[in-house]
Amino acid sequence: MSGTEEPGHQVSDGPGHLSRSDVIHVANLARLALSEDEVDVFTAQLRTVLEHAADVAALDLSHLAPMAHPLPVENVLRPDEPRPSLDRAEVLAAAPAVEDNRFRVPRIGSEPA
Amino acid sequence: MSGARELAAAVRSGQRSAREVTEEALAAVAARDVELHVFLEVLGDEALAQADAVDGTVARGEDPGPLAGVPVALKDNLCTRGLPTTCGSRILEGWRPPYDATVVQLLRAAGAIALGKTNMDEFAMGSSTENSAFGPTRNPHCLERVPGGSSGGSAAAVAAGFVPLGLGSDTGGSIRQPAALCGVVGMKPTYGRVSRYGLVAFASSLDQIGPIAGNVEDAALLFDVLARHDPRDTTSLRHEAPPTLDAVAGGVDGVRVGVCPDLIVGCAPDVAARVYEAAEALRAAGAHVEEIRVPEFAYGLSAYYLIAPAEASSNLARYDGVRYGLRVDADNAAAMNTATRTAGFGPEVKRRIMLGTYALSAGYYDAYYAQAQRVRTMVVEAFERAYASVDVLLGATAPTTAFALGDKVDDPMAMYMNDVCTIPSNLAGHPAVSVPFGAGADGLPVGVQILAPALQEALLFRVARAVEAGAPVTEWSA
Repeated sequence: MSGTEEPGHQVSDGPGHLSRSDVIHVANLARLALSEDEVDVFTAQLRTVLEHAADVAALDLSHLAPMAHPLPVENVLRPDEPRPSLDRAEVLAAAPAVEDNRFRVPRIGSEPA
Repeated sequence: MSGARELAAAVRSGQRSAREVTEEALAAVAARDVELHVFLEVLGDEALAQADAVDGTVARGEDPGPLAGVPVALKDNLCTRGLPTTCGSRILEGWRPPYDATVVQLLRAAGAIALGKTNMDEFAMGSSTENSAFGPTRNPHCLERVPGGSSGGSAAAVAAGFVPLGLGSDTGGSIRQPAALCGVVGMKPTYGRVSRYGLVAFASSLDQIGPIAGNVEDAALLFDVLARHDPRDTTSLRHEAPPTLDAVAGGVDGVRVGVCPDLIVGCAPDVAARVYEAAEALRAAGAHVEEIRVPEFAYGLSAYYLIAPAEASSNLARYDGVRYGLRVDADNAAAMNTATRTAGFGPEVKRRIMLGTYALSAGYYDAYYAQAQRVRTMVVEAFERAYASVDVLLGATAPTTAFALGDKVDDPMAMYMNDVCTIPSNLAGHPAVSVPFGAGADGLPVGVQILAPALQEALLFRVARAVEAGAPVTEWSA
């Protein structure tokens, strides 16, 4: 599949050393196309943000647990009762392309059918 | 326009009709919104129909609700069924959601009138509303300045007198900072207090919906309508939210207020001076005021700008051109995804998606994302230590008064610095509020921020009301 895999990409040598190829790599992962000029601008800007984040990277916090969420959330299952779902016609009306009550998309994969 | 409580009382008693109030609000928007650009969509017909329904309820002698006939501005990341919801983004231009956000349903049930959808930084990423794909909003007190962001449209709508109430969302300060820059009250509730069903997701462990109002009591009134459990939001708290409005005027006698230099350092001298004056006002009102250091807050900004982009990169993966929103066609699905996202997202959204993707990628996950999550734990523990000796914290909301349009838009790090005082409460999931307190050297509004522990909204509003009562009477203009 185009644009999602770069098997040859090597991570650069650590925090604060974001390279142009790192930016091209993450743009591909995120399915964003960048012009050469955009790669330059984003590399410089993201480097600045990561340099600021060096204060955090330098802390010894090995004694603290990572926190994903402000609440002590636990899994709760609601009663399995039938209820109305969103209206199908209303949902499909918002889609860019529809066929036979389904979302229509271009061919998946790059090989000819 | 009068305050929300006065308007609702007048409509409930039949002294004024909801239609008359709504027509007045629509006329004010028609007269001045060309220069401010607060609204992306004015819901004229829908608002008048809603007003007529409220008037019908009053005529039948039934209870029209606590917000009867009060026009409210909705940030455009709140889903409104059948009505445009763009999040300030080209990728959602023309999208009409098939459902209402829970807060929109609650407002309607309370008798409020949804007047329109307000401008915002694209997907709530920004601090000036300049990242909107549909052009910036201007500060009603000075047209050359920003209103703050990302809820800049809702804050400016209240500041301009279009509506007495607005709804915003706050992920790193996006309610409080524009409220400060526009001279209105903006409050972020405890994480989970207000349902986020129908709020378009930015960073799910941080996002929270909250009120923007012209005064503290109106903010409490709106909060009381919104704060309830919702089974459709898995992060919605089950705790009963005690009504805050009745407690607002309770005073601060004996309340322990910690003035926090770590929420003031880096602020402009005129902003810092207002915070210390607000502390004096609280002391005069009977509070015990002391200084308290929380140096861990200094690391909040860096942690936030790793965690929020990481969550955003995941949340925004849904914009793929398949089910709703923009599609740019191409001859295979992956190329269509890329073409759609490249055309549909603006530069700040792309920056954050790439930053988040990087922070989550193999080789960097521990150094950046997991480390930022540990900082989050550190900040929570620091709050706990502080709240062992004080009841609330006091600091600045934003480092400066409203800055000029164009000033920071090309310098992401300078823009991010706007959030330095507001981020700690998001990381911890705690409530906080910005209250106007006098003017800066340039004559524009300054906001001071009060922070409280989780679930302590009633105390938060009580202290906020005392700050408001002690604030100098100010006519803002640059």
